[in-house]
Amino acid sequence: MLSRVAENIYWMARYIERAENTARLLSVSSHLLLDLPRTTPISWASLVSLISAEEAFNSRYPSADEASVIHFLAADRDNPSSILSALAMARENLRTVRDVVPREAWEQVNTLFLEVRRELVHGIGRSHRHDFLKRVIAGCQQLTGLLAGTMSHDIGYHFARTGRNLERADMTSRILDIRSQNLLPRSADELTPFENIQWMSVLKSVSAYQMYRQHFRIRVRGTEVLRFLLQDFQFPRAIAHCLEEVAGCAERMPRSEAVKPHIRALQLQVAEADVAELANAPDDLHRFIDGLQLGMSQLHAQITEIWFRQ
Amino acid sequence: MSIDWKTYHRPGLFDELIGDDGQPRPAARALCDHLASLSDSELRERKDASELAILTMGITFTVYGEGGDVDRAWPFDIIPRVIELREWQRIEAGLKQRLQALNCFIDDLYGEQHILRDGVIPSELILESKNFRPECVGVRPSFGVWAHICGSDLVRDADGTVYVLEDNLRVPSGVSYMLENRQVMKRVLPELFENATILPVDDYPSQLFDTLAALSPRPVDYPEVVVLTPGIYNSAYFEHAYLAQQMGVELVEGRDLLVDDDDCVYMRTVAGLERVDVIYRRIDDLFLDPEVFHPDSMLGVPGLMRAWRAGNVALANAPGAGVADDKVVYAYVPQIIRYYLDQEAIIPNVPTYLCMDDAQRAHVLANLDQLVVKPANESGGYGMLVGPHASEMERKRFAELIEKQPRNYIAQPTLSLSVAPTLIDDGTIAPRHLDLRPFILQAEQSHVTAGGLTRVALREGSLVVNSSQGGGSKDTWIVDTGGAD
Repeated sequence: MLSRVAENIYWMARYIERAENTARLLSVSSHLLLDLPRTTPISWASLVSLISAEEAFNSRYPSADEASVIHFLAADRDNPSSILSALAMARENLRTVRDVVPREAWEQVNTLFLEVRRELVHGIGRSHRHDFLKRVIAGCQQLTGLLAGTMSHDIGYHFARTGRNLERADMTSRILDIRSQNLLPRSADELTPFENIQWMSVLKSVSAYQMYRQHFRIRVRGTEVLRFLLQDFQFPRAIAHCLEEVAGCAERMPRSEAVKPHIRALQLQVAEADVAELANAPDDLHRFIDGLQLGMSQLHAQITEIWFRQ
Repeated sequence: MSIDWKTYHRPGLFDELIGDDGQPRPAARALCDHLASLSDSELRERKDASELAILTMGITFTVYGEGGDVDRAWPFDIIPRVIELREWQRIEAGLKQRLQALNCFIDDLYGEQHILRDGVIPSELILESKNFRPECVGVRPSFGVWAHICGSDLVRDADGTVYVLEDNLRVPSGVSYMLENRQVMKRVLPELFENATILPVDDYPSQLFDTLAALSPRPVDYPEVVVLTPGIYNSAYFEHAYLAQQMGVELVEGRDLLVDDDDCVYMRTVAGLERVDVIYRRIDDLFLDPEVFHPDSMLGVPGLMRAWRAGNVALANAPGAGVADDKVVYAYVPQIIRYYLDQEAIIPNVPTYLCMDDAQRAHVLANLDQLVVKPANESGGYGMLVGPHASEMERKRFAELIEKQPRNYIAQPTLSLSVAPTLIDDGTIAPRHLDLRPFILQAEQSHVTAGGLTRVALREGSLVVNSSQGGGSKDTWIVDTGGAD
């Protein structure tokens, strides 16, 4: 397979995953807003920090109010992580590899992009937001299912899987990082108001609430949420699971020797984390996740170096 | 109301399906009878079915300079154009003869230049041609063949004579539409294929692959053949992707390839560098290699010419092949055939006046209102003057252009292109002008497509068949009537 084609497929999968994640994040945040009393406003600005785009945001929006942040994350073409930009990039990447992926994949992405572009302004208003974001999420998931069900599970497919899982792990780590900053207690007797529903919203941000309940059968607590989203091997958006997927792909790729130890090191880092301790030390947790994100971005650079550039 | 061929008939034009007596021609009889048996709504249904098939099959062409979606559905007419087998066999022989002679000519120009020294063609005509590439002098491609894939445009005049209008020896396009048109026809009018002997066209991709594979400089069982495209914004990208897919080879862009220190070409794959043997390039000469041609070309591959000259990679068509599809050289093709093959041209040329010749230029300038003037090096119907339809001002402008650069212009009489019945927008059937582009392959052996791409000017009276300018296409049937008229 041509390196350029592999790279396009990898990025296409990353961007589709990004669009889905951003849509879910907006949807969950909007819901949380309805549950919290006016005195405990959620910080829309934290969503901007979550994708590390404070500078770009502040240079163009006067304040981090709901409308501005939603627009920035859903519709802003100058924000490469916005839903619209991510879908546009996925479409551009797919356009050049139309002859390699199943024809329906192109039709799906093309239709999704055109629909989102057409309905965006209307769709992000409060009253239609839920349905609109749900459609975006479903559209992205449909593509993932379509590839799984109709594309040969060859090298190209494994590049798509790799891109999707790296993007997914990255998003889960960002959500854990930002949300735990406000939620974890600085001291043992300090209680964060509405802690329970806020941790629930963290789980919902990665569609993990139901699976968490099935797994733990206890009330939602910070330590367990952390453990679940970091170390669970079964839940598809948990970081340990995503890395396991990436490792499985590497097994099926040529010239993957240099990448394997790196993936293995990341997996160990996650598996050996002392979650109980991290849950009581927000600053340590922040440093830990920083390290994890650095490792994943190095892994991405290595993938680019080995397979896409030579 | 169904079709009545007698009321359709327009005398004075040569119709491909209907004879002067208003009766269908023998090879088209079964088709015309069947069409006449369909009601208007049935005909409409078939037309709708064809449009749907084209949409779902994703047959598109790209138009430059449009924002947003650049792909347009391919305009297609469901009434095929029919040619009788025996007439076609003569044309086929003529096309092979022509390409053979042109390849001898190109090989000679970049070699000993006998034809110039013997004075058959004036040397300055070649040396002044902007398609002559001094970089190619001394290179000896396999089989002495430079143009491996040729698309020649044929037209038929009012008296029924078929002429070659031009040869495309650089990167001729359209063959994928020929193949897809047949697929659409089989979906839309399958009953016609059951009872008639219509020659199949779909072995073209395997013939193309065999032609390309035969050029491999390495004696390997499975030579690595690739299609080199300028990318998705090229108007023929659909075809590049289509042919790569049909041949089962990689579709590459310039940035996918590199020339290493060993002067061999490699492509960048996830498994590492892989040697490339044959490149079917759909990029113009001047963009092929920034080391030799346009230094700022992003489409090409630095060092490609070096690798080709060293004989480590085959390029199809070879760089420099375009020297023979210059419209001034065109005028000399009958002499070229005579010179190299000692034969007379089987298919005639359209009479052509060379503006570089004083006497002929005088004739052209005096008769601009009756002639078609074409620049020597353009394709796609751009930059030409159709004298009878042009305004006084346009003719004056062309007269000035000709005086300024006589080498760049030729003129030909306005032909009355043949027509064929075409289903037009209001649901009726009317005659529309058309041409035909068969594709000829040459390496060790020669092949000609069974028919080719029939292009039709969908606007009434129009002679412009290019898809970028309101043209459409038809399926082309070579029909064996078993010799019985």
